[in-house]
Amino acid sequence: MLRFLATRIVQSLVILLGVTVITFVLSFLVPADPVRMIAGRSATPATVASIRHQLGLDQPLPVQYARYVGNLARGDMGRSYVQKSEVSTLIASRLPATLLLMAGAIFFEIAIGLPAGLFAATRRGRLSDRVVMVMSFAGISAPQFVIGLLLLYLLAYLLGWFPLGGYGTVWHLVLPALTLGITGGGWYSRMTRSSMVDVLRQDYIRTARAKGMGERRVVLIHGLRNAIVPVVAMIGLDIGIFMSGAVVVESVYGWPGIGQLAWQAIQRIDIPIIMGVTLVAAVAIVIGNLLADIATSLIDPRVRLG
Amino acid sequence: MRFRGLATLIAAVAAFAASTALAAPLKQGGEMIVTYKDDISTLDPAIGYDWQNWSMIKSLFNGLMDYKPGTTELIPDLAESYTVSDDGLTYTFKLRRGVKFHNGRELTSEDIKYSIERSVNPETQSPGQGFFSTIAGFDDMVAGKAKSLSGIEAPDRYTVRITLSRPDATILQVLAINFSFAVPREAVEKYGQDFGRHPVGTGAFKMTDWTLGQRVVFERNKDYFRKGIPLLDKITFSIGLEPTVALLRLQRGEADVLGDPIPSAQFLKVVNDPANADLIVKGNLLHTGYLTMNVNTPPFDNVLVRRAVNMAIDKDRVLRIVNNRGVAANQPLPPAMPGYDKSYAGYAYDPEKAKSLVAKAGYGSGVETELYVINTDPNPRIAQSIQRDLAAIGIKASIKSLAQSTVIAAGGDGTAPMIWSGGMAWIADFPDPSNFYGPILGCTGAVAGGWNWSKYCNKDIEALAAKADAMADPALAAKRIDLWRGIFIKIMDDAPWAPVFNEVRYAMHSARIGGDDILFADPIHIPVNYENIYDKSVQ
Repeated sequence: MLRFLATRIVQSLVILLGVTVITFVLSFLVPADPVRMIAGRSATPATVASIRHQLGLDQPLPVQYARYVGNLARGDMGRSYVQKSEVSTLIASRLPATLLLMAGAIFFEIAIGLPAGLFAATRRGRLSDRVVMVMSFAGISAPQFVIGLLLLYLLAYLLGWFPLGGYGTVWHLVLPALTLGITGGGWYSRMTRSSMVDVLRQDYIRTARAKGMGERRVVLIHGLRNAIVPVVAMIGLDIGIFMSGAVVVESVYGWPGIGQLAWQAIQRIDIPIIMGVTLVAAVAIVIGNLLADIATSLIDPRVRLG
Repeated sequence: MRFRGLATLIAAVAAFAASTALAAPLKQGGEMIVTYKDDISTLDPAIGYDWQNWSMIKSLFNGLMDYKPGTTELIPDLAESYTVSDDGLTYTFKLRRGVKFHNGRELTSEDIKYSIERSVNPETQSPGQGFFSTIAGFDDMVAGKAKSLSGIEAPDRYTVRITLSRPDATILQVLAINFSFAVPREAVEKYGQDFGRHPVGTGAFKMTDWTLGQRVVFERNKDYFRKGIPLLDKITFSIGLEPTVALLRLQRGEADVLGDPIPSAQFLKVVNDPANADLIVKGNLLHTGYLTMNVNTPPFDNVLVRRAVNMAIDKDRVLRIVNNRGVAANQPLPPAMPGYDKSYAGYAYDPEKAKSLVAKAGYGSGVETELYVINTDPNPRIAQSIQRDLAAIGIKASIKSLAQSTVIAAGGDGTAPMIWSGGMAWIADFPDPSNFYGPILGCTGAVAGGWNWSKYCNKDIEALAAKADAMADPALAAKRIDLWRGIFIKIMDDAPWAPVFNEVRYAMHSARIGGDDILFADPIHIPVNYENIYDKSVQ
């Protein structure tokens, strides 16, 4: 296990370095000048040139990149071009909210998707199976903006069960997490269903039934344990995806997550923030995958790590 | 006789009582919630330059000059009075005594000098550096040859003397602008680049909390030098709210002022709802939305084509796209700006005449070009409307709908033949016509990277503009405005722009918040004048 972890960590560092190179280069290929955005509309060419020099943006690209990575190694993600605040402070202030939303979203995804998928799998071919699958499809296809505003309007504005957006208590978390959960739940239910259908066809399931085991035990203990492997892998991916921010849901509910930060930074070509958020997302994806791999090996002893 | 005398006496007493009641001072107190979608970028007066933080900074800081609330009239603020030398080059300000920063220290003339120098100092990277270009010593400081401005002196504790390198009619406007606001050296040195998150000023409000991404809280400055101001005890800025959700909150009483404009989708319903009649205030913005044409790029290098474009645009259709939140424009200056020419007829809508002008210019068989626009609604729809109008006169424009920064870059580089300014349109920095010239229509703005996207540079007009801005004598003010009026009409003759509409602002507030309408439609303070509005429930 330890050797596996060590190799993975080294691999991850290489991946992360690659991510920084690609993001850095891409942000400079964009046909827009961050200095002009900072200097504003009334700046004279002298002001623009001076700002460019102050930020070190008149240096050649490799020099700028080397400086960035050097600072990164010391834990300094630089300062936002527009706000002048430290990127690490900006991201850290939004991390708790993002983590919370991620946890809530994954909870609802599983809470909706797993039972739905199991239900559909055990009633394969029947009407109830088709109904569940159509609903999953609807959940996947519906735009998050629409679902979000609908839930907000119905449950928060008209019925008053939840606050109208914002952050702070568990009640604030429910609707945004549910919105994400409905979309994700659609995926999870389809994946669980197809995985379960495969598993339920296996010989050992027939054996278990032949041994006289109750259907519920067959499905939940023997079936689910095997079927859940791809779902776990997906959770790992989801961790990474949610950590890069759920811009749409955050916008609708006023959730102070990383997504909003990234979106605003992209609009303003605030490169230090863009780099910082991309790195955080990349780290999250790497960690998420690692956790998924480890979890899979724990669930299924046949899977060998490394 | 006696009866009539008694009636008159009663009437007089009643009138007196009524006027006293009307004149009863408003009580301070109460709170307000303002909603915004985007996080506030900074509250540093030397750096903040977006329409969101502009008025917040005005409430936290003060400068030598300011504007009478709800108007564009200049009044002294931190200065008690000022005198101008006969040659118009030296302004001597007497500071108010006893003005305190939020950290308790008294403001002195050294602070004014420090603050303005800070905005000019290249290390600060202030977007407002260029505004101070007429102060003596500016060039040396920008070039790094000097660490201070020789043109600002603090001969004693309460006197500031500013010497200019040439007469500048706009210098008092510049001394009312955010970039000149007083900041305490010790706080700037303590927080360094984080001063924008920990603003310390002399203003009516002080910032007491900033939870990133969630809220910013302002509380009343009890030691503010203007007695009785501000009228609110506390303002909470709620961040991260979509305009649609903000509107829902306002309707539920959980928000008081919408910081972002009323969302387009709900606009008509909200504005036409009689229940909202008292809650929505219409006001003029010092804004013009225009189409720029690059005078160096065919076919717009021919003035006939540019005039034709002016005649071809159906401005009413564009106004319908923006829910009539504006009035048609026929000149660069907005109606609320001094120098606006009410009698100017402009180019009337005449597609037939436009078509003949295009043919006369040699493009009778048609010509292709590109129309750049920002990709946020409603601008692409406006671009489509313009595209249709241009096609009707033989100009086939393909629309390039891009991110704001990309359009700005294309405009600055001169690669965009036509740009619809929507979303980046010019709103005046201060209420003076010269602000609508230099950066966007003058030669200084026509360089690479400048905001004069039509690259229009007319040397004769440049000379006239310089002459107008040298007329610093207040006795010549009317003549100066006349000169500016003429300049913009001359510019319309060359037609580097097609002005389309001037935006009208609709500010929405809850019933609990009171104040004169002009405070909600204040052309200088957007969305509202935070210092002078009050909470009706504590009156």
